[in-house]
Amino acid sequence: MKYIDEYRDKDLVNKLVQKIRKKVSREWTIMEICGGQTHSIMKYNLMQLLPSGISLIHGPGCPVCVTPVNLIDQAIALAGLPNVILTSFGDMLRVPGSSTNLLSVKALGGDVRMVYSPLDVLDVAEANPGKEVVFFAVGFETTAPAVAMTVKQALKRKLKNFSVLISHVLVPPAIEALLDSDESRIDGFLAAGHVCAVMGTHEYIPIAEKYRVPIAVTGFEPLDILMGIFACVKMLEQGSHGVVNAYTRSVREEGNPAAQQLLREVFEPTPREWRGIGTIPASGFHLSGEYSEFDALNRFHPVVPPASHPGSCIAGKILTGQKKPEDCSEFGIRCYPEKPLGAPMVSTEGACAAYFRYKRTAVRPI
Amino acid sequence: MKSTGKINLQCPIPKSEYEHILMAHGGGGRMTRNLIEKLFIPALGNEILETGHDGAFLPPMDGELAFTTDSFVVDPIFFPGGNIGDLAINGTVNDLLCCGARPLYISLGFILEEGFLMEELWEIVQTIGTAAGTAGVKIVTGDTKVVEKGKGDKIYINTSGIGKVLPGLDISPLRCSEGDVVIINGNIGDHGIAIMSARQGLELNTQVNSDTRSLNDMMISLFQKQTDIHVLRDPTRGGLASALNEICDSSGTGITLYENMLPINDGVRGACEIMGYDPLYIANEGKILVILPESGAEQALSIMRSYEAGRESRIIGRVTPDRAGILCMETTIGTTRIVDMISGEQLPRIC
Amino acid sequence: MCLAVPGQIISIDDSNPEMKMAEVRFGAAIRDISIQWLPDIAVGDYIMAHVGTALSKVDEEDARFTLDALREMGEIDDL
Repeated sequence: MKYIDEYRDKDLVNKLVQKIRKKVSREWTIMEICGGQTHSIMKYNLMQLLPSGISLIHGPGCPVCVTPVNLIDQAIALAGLPNVILTSFGDMLRVPGSSTNLLSVKALGGDVRMVYSPLDVLDVAEANPGKEVVFFAVGFETTAPAVAMTVKQALKRKLKNFSVLISHVLVPPAIEALLDSDESRIDGFLAAGHVCAVMGTHEYIPIAEKYRVPIAVTGFEPLDILMGIFACVKMLEQGSHGVVNAYTRSVREEGNPAAQQLLREVFEPTPREWRGIGTIPASGFHLSGEYSEFDALNRFHPVVPPASHPGSCIAGKILTGQKKPEDCSEFGIRCYPEKPLGAPMVSTEGACAAYFRYKRTAVRPI
Repeated sequence: MKSTGKINLQCPIPKSEYEHILMAHGGGGRMTRNLIEKLFIPALGNEILETGHDGAFLPPMDGELAFTTDSFVVDPIFFPGGNIGDLAINGTVNDLLCCGARPLYISLGFILEEGFLMEELWEIVQTIGTAAGTAGVKIVTGDTKVVEKGKGDKIYINTSGIGKVLPGLDISPLRCSEGDVVIINGNIGDHGIAIMSARQGLELNTQVNSDTRSLNDMMISLFQKQTDIHVLRDPTRGGLASALNEICDSSGTGITLYENMLPINDGVRGACEIMGYDPLYIANEGKILVILPESGAEQALSIMRSYEAGRESRIIGRVTPDRAGILCMETTIGTTRIVDMISGEQLPRIC
Repeated sequence: MCLAVPGQIISIDDSNPEMKMAEVRFGAAIRDISIQWLPDIAVGDYIMAHVGTALSKVDEEDARFTLDALREMGEIDDL
């Protein structure tokens, strides 16, 4: 497939690896923000190629993983209502809430339906006028414009039976929160390429300046990730910092102005809780103005007990790069994909699931 | 055998009589009799089935027998490339082939949901008859039950199959040995993607058909010329990765796949990229994994490629001495990663 | 965020000015994708698609340039 296969080319990958090896003179710790990048790193086992001086840490770039337990419980409560069709991306269906997940609700008779695009939910609402159709809107700035377009269309079509449970999160505030932490050991970042395709690269410049870190806007294929790492390493070795676009075929500096305009129209920033991390100011979206009538929480007020999650789960430390999955005492023993304790084990991009699937050690589940 | 070679469009139980399956069709009385005589016998009939006994009397057979059972619950029941009837026969036949056996006799159990369309049942039954004829197997006994509306999902099919093991064969995962190669007869992921694209909600036109087919001609020919085959497996649910992981687990050997050797068609490829699926875990139907010593590979490939079912046959992996019990893959970029067992069904991702 | 895939536009439907759509081919799979945010897009262009929306146009010249530079990579540092 064009613009995919070329970036999985063995010779080009090896050439770039040699360049990186020649460049690296000391140890560097680089965090890749995005879960999709983690997935690619694991799937292609890029660590096998990189010099040992480079440590890659998996950041909180999995919007599925960072959706707070409370919000999942609310989605589960809504799905259990007799008149509700709960629509969701596939990623969210297995993520554990306090006691169960959406797939289990479906198994017990809840009307839970998977969609690829939020735009498809409009058709579900129109086809089921007697039911309330709720969309569980998860995702970063990459996904938020699609949800904004859907809500705008719902207003235009005067859909009365459509609403959204919003769980969007924003990347730049999260990076700042990580860098503000005393325990941060991150030398450089690979920024999420597709978030930047929407938002552009300028939001990252003040962060790079304030914390004096290199940030490389990076794609998702193995060659893209290596280009991002190379760009970061070059700056680190030079002692410089700033933002570099290493994904120029898909990302423009200004991003996508039309999509950004739509986000400003439909959403406004709000504080958001990140599972395992805590509340980060202005790090989420909520529906604004005339669009707030589509907020499912305003419409339904689902009652859920206070969220609980296993104390032994160290998801927060993993999501902020302080610990690796294999550092966790539960990893592979009491926490594995069939019985996850926290979201990073369930989501295919979660660091724990990725480690489990691609780097299995001698530890096996009981 | 009286199985029909082509589909008869006219349902023998007309709409005016019964448009839907009713509880009484499973009651064992006159309506059940009617269903059997008008619908099942014309499509499936043979001298054993037509005796009308509760069970089938099979002629005596020398040698080792293979026996398999399977149930078919696919949704949707009609999909690009076939229907649940195709899966029922082809799946059972291929299971017997994986035992190194010539498939001979099949039993067929239907669990029908009250309200199921008679026309759809007719189409499925005819498909079963055609598939059985193509595979050279006889449906010798059967059963029909009807459950209340809401307690089933249109139609479930259970089969069991009997076959005669060909002489000289000793198929077992325990025989998987260092130096063996892993051959597959064609593209992976077709069936799973065909099913996925027929389901509501994903709105994807993949132009992919299920690869359901029976593999007897190709495999019997292989068995007759090449008896030193160690393992056979059909990579159905859970895909290539699950089937090979099971073999690694049973045998204690390691297997390495070569990503650049995996045959995948463009429709499957595109669907996997968009949905975030890994083709290694997607269900296949008319596919078989043949694990045998490398010395026998050239002849095996030559035999398989001379059949339509095996045109794209190729070596996709090797049994390796290191990483015992683990399935690995050498990626397109030259690194090696573990290919783990999947838990549950693969879900499309946005992330 | 994450899973966006390059696909080629095979036809455009701009009958609804608020919901401009395109038929996009990914390998041999085809899906309708919203191109509302890419006003200058044309048939034959490649776009990055995420959850049914086109986020950006693939800059094919840039891709060629980068891949050529990688292929010719020798002792010179610049990328």
